[in-house]
Amino acid sequence: MTPTKSGAEIIVQSLIDAGVDTIFGFPGGRVIPIYDVLYSSPIRHILTRHEQGAAHAADGYARVTGRVGVCIATSGPGATNLVTGLATAYMDSVPIVALTGQVSVNMIGNDSFQEADIYGITIPITKYNYLVKDAERLPQVIKEAFYIACTGRPGPVLIDIPSDLQTARVTPRKLAPVKLPGYAPVTKGHPRQIEAILKAVKTARRPVIYAGGGVISSGASKELRRFVEKTQIPITTTLMGKGVFPEDHELSLGMLGMHGTKYANYTIYESDLIIAMGVRFDDRVAGDVQKFAPLAKIIHIDIDPAEIGKRVGVNIPIVGDLKSILEMLNEKVETTARKRWLERVSQWKREHPLTYKDNGSLKPQYILEVLSEMTKGEIVVTTDVGQHQMWAALYIKSMEPRRFITSGGLGTMGYGFPAAIGAKVGCPERPVVSLSGDGSFQMCIQELATVRMFKLPVKIFIFNNSCLGMVRQWQELFYNKRYSSTVFEFNPDFCKVAEGYEVPAFRVTEPQEVRKAIDKALNMDGPVLVDFRVAPGENVMPMIPAGGGQTDFIGEGDD
Amino acid sequence: MRKMISILVRNHPGVLSHVSGLFARRGYNIESIAAGVTERPDVTRITIVVSGDELILEQVAKQLRKLIDVIKVQDLKYSESITRELVLLTIHVPRDKRQEVVLTANSFGAEVVDIADKTMTLEFVGNERRINVLLRALENFKVKELARTGFVALPLESQLEPERTLL
Repeated sequence: MTPTKSGAEIIVQSLIDAGVDTIFGFPGGRVIPIYDVLYSSPIRHILTRHEQGAAHAADGYARVTGRVGVCIATSGPGATNLVTGLATAYMDSVPIVALTGQVSVNMIGNDSFQEADIYGITIPITKYNYLVKDAERLPQVIKEAFYIACTGRPGPVLIDIPSDLQTARVTPRKLAPVKLPGYAPVTKGHPRQIEAILKAVKTARRPVIYAGGGVISSGASKELRRFVEKTQIPITTTLMGKGVFPEDHELSLGMLGMHGTKYANYTIYESDLIIAMGVRFDDRVAGDVQKFAPLAKIIHIDIDPAEIGKRVGVNIPIVGDLKSILEMLNEKVETTARKRWLERVSQWKREHPLTYKDNGSLKPQYILEVLSEMTKGEIVVTTDVGQHQMWAALYIKSMEPRRFITSGGLGTMGYGFPAAIGAKVGCPERPVVSLSGDGSFQMCIQELATVRMFKLPVKIFIFNNSCLGMVRQWQELFYNKRYSSTVFEFNPDFCKVAEGYEVPAFRVTEPQEVRKAIDKALNMDGPVLVDFRVAPGENVMPMIPAGGGQTDFIGEGDD
Repeated sequence: MRKMISILVRNHPGVLSHVSGLFARRGYNIESIAAGVTERPDVTRITIVVSGDELILEQVAKQLRKLIDVIKVQDLKYSESITRELVLLTIHVPRDKRQEVVLTANSFGAEVVDIADKTMTLEFVGNERRINVLLRALENFKVKELARTGFVALPLESQLEPERTLL
């Protein structure tokens, strides 16, 4: 007779079988049996100080490595604290498996202590979720969850596990192959559509590539680069697509959209063919779909059929995995000379470069410019959300995929620092810099304890302007300068806070100190916090107001 | 635009909330929803009648297909499908009017399933038009209670045949 195992042992064994070596989590009453098994398992457990931190760390880990990130929390508040992290991952298509404890099966639905219907709560923010009620099913469910999380369009999967299942005795059985009759992502592109694309590319006079996070998920950056170099078509990327194509390349136009470069947006607007790859025509990219690219035919390549035709009409849709589609295209695509178009694009680049006024004060743009220049795309950068995020997107030149980690879809303040923890754990060989605003950083500031405890050398750069800069900017531009609740009349001394956590910290107030400060931070052992006291009142420019067309730029910095 | 959508799903708890959630979020009122097991015990058929903008309904259909538990989504056209709904109707009927109700019921093929002191209960199966006609024919009687199952539907194979041979 096969000896029985506890549900918790089965869970941990299933994680190991799925290739998991690290999980991020926070214990609690309903996951004690799992933690008991973890205590003597080969899996590395990173204890965060808040479940939200664990979810974001798992997300950062997944984005940097391309593998599934795993987090764990107890029932009730533990589980609900994961919600923001799951929604963040869902919006940006990041593969995560989240395990939550639940009250025992016979107590479900009784408003028991620390009970929350996390299954119901997470239906709209997960790719799939489970409430397991039979311990025998655990191995199969975990196997399925990993499969669902990382195939097709990736996304988070939650498994809710009642505590009595964790202690139940189960006879391990052989696993059946995953069988999901309703789930079969299309990967190969349709040959007829491939032909249509080739034809459209050949005849286009003013084509542009608009590439996003889907290219990264598909691992298709190399194929994309080959396509660009063969076709000589200029390329702009979304925030999520940063790094799919080296941004120092002459055909790179940087980011497009609300805070994109002028030249990227002008190129889109005047193009006659848009080749959209792994993107979703988000409202921060195409504020007004009528005035996005009025003259262009649109090719849309995506693995998710529901994205095609969602916001804009598409002329040539093709569903499939970008890597395989680009390989098919690269085999046959021809070079077409479009000298005039490329000249026009480079003229826009010359006429509308990114600029900011250098008035001797400490400008956030300058810090990022220096950081980018000093590190040459070789570091991993995570960001929080707001002005510093947009400046980072504009001024940090990304050279490789999975090196610019940011919450694009949900725009989660508090994401960046815990994501940097996950990134560092997933990619220990590269320096990891966590860029935050003073607003965002305070949303997950408790994770200073995590970097200290695990001696994770995360470099924390705070762009401290003592206000919620992006909302303040909107108030300045659209709400008559009524700065309602966006100026912090009190802010903690971040250096002293860091000191309390035994994380070294120093402050930078002058532009002349920037280079030395970055050098010092990057070369120190262990974590460090740098409090950059940046000029308040600085706005992110260029800017297209919400709902605007691709050429509707406003505000200062206009040239 | 009114649409009837037939959805085959894996039969397990929670799947209905996944499906109905997609409609609710976009503010679509589901006019009717009926679910029951199919010839395969692990597969349930959900038939939904919903109205809304065509483009957005198409988007909802795509989102439905994306759900892991959804095996198949079919847009059923009224002209190409058989639709049926079961109605239970209890109306206030004075004794001297019973005969009239029985006659009306008979002429529609509805069945009288209960007679109480002051009420009668009818059972009727039909398509939407016939149900409406029956309800109108009885509108002089005050309704005590009305229960409808929601529409179930299947494609009309005989209508589909020529198309199939073409393929």
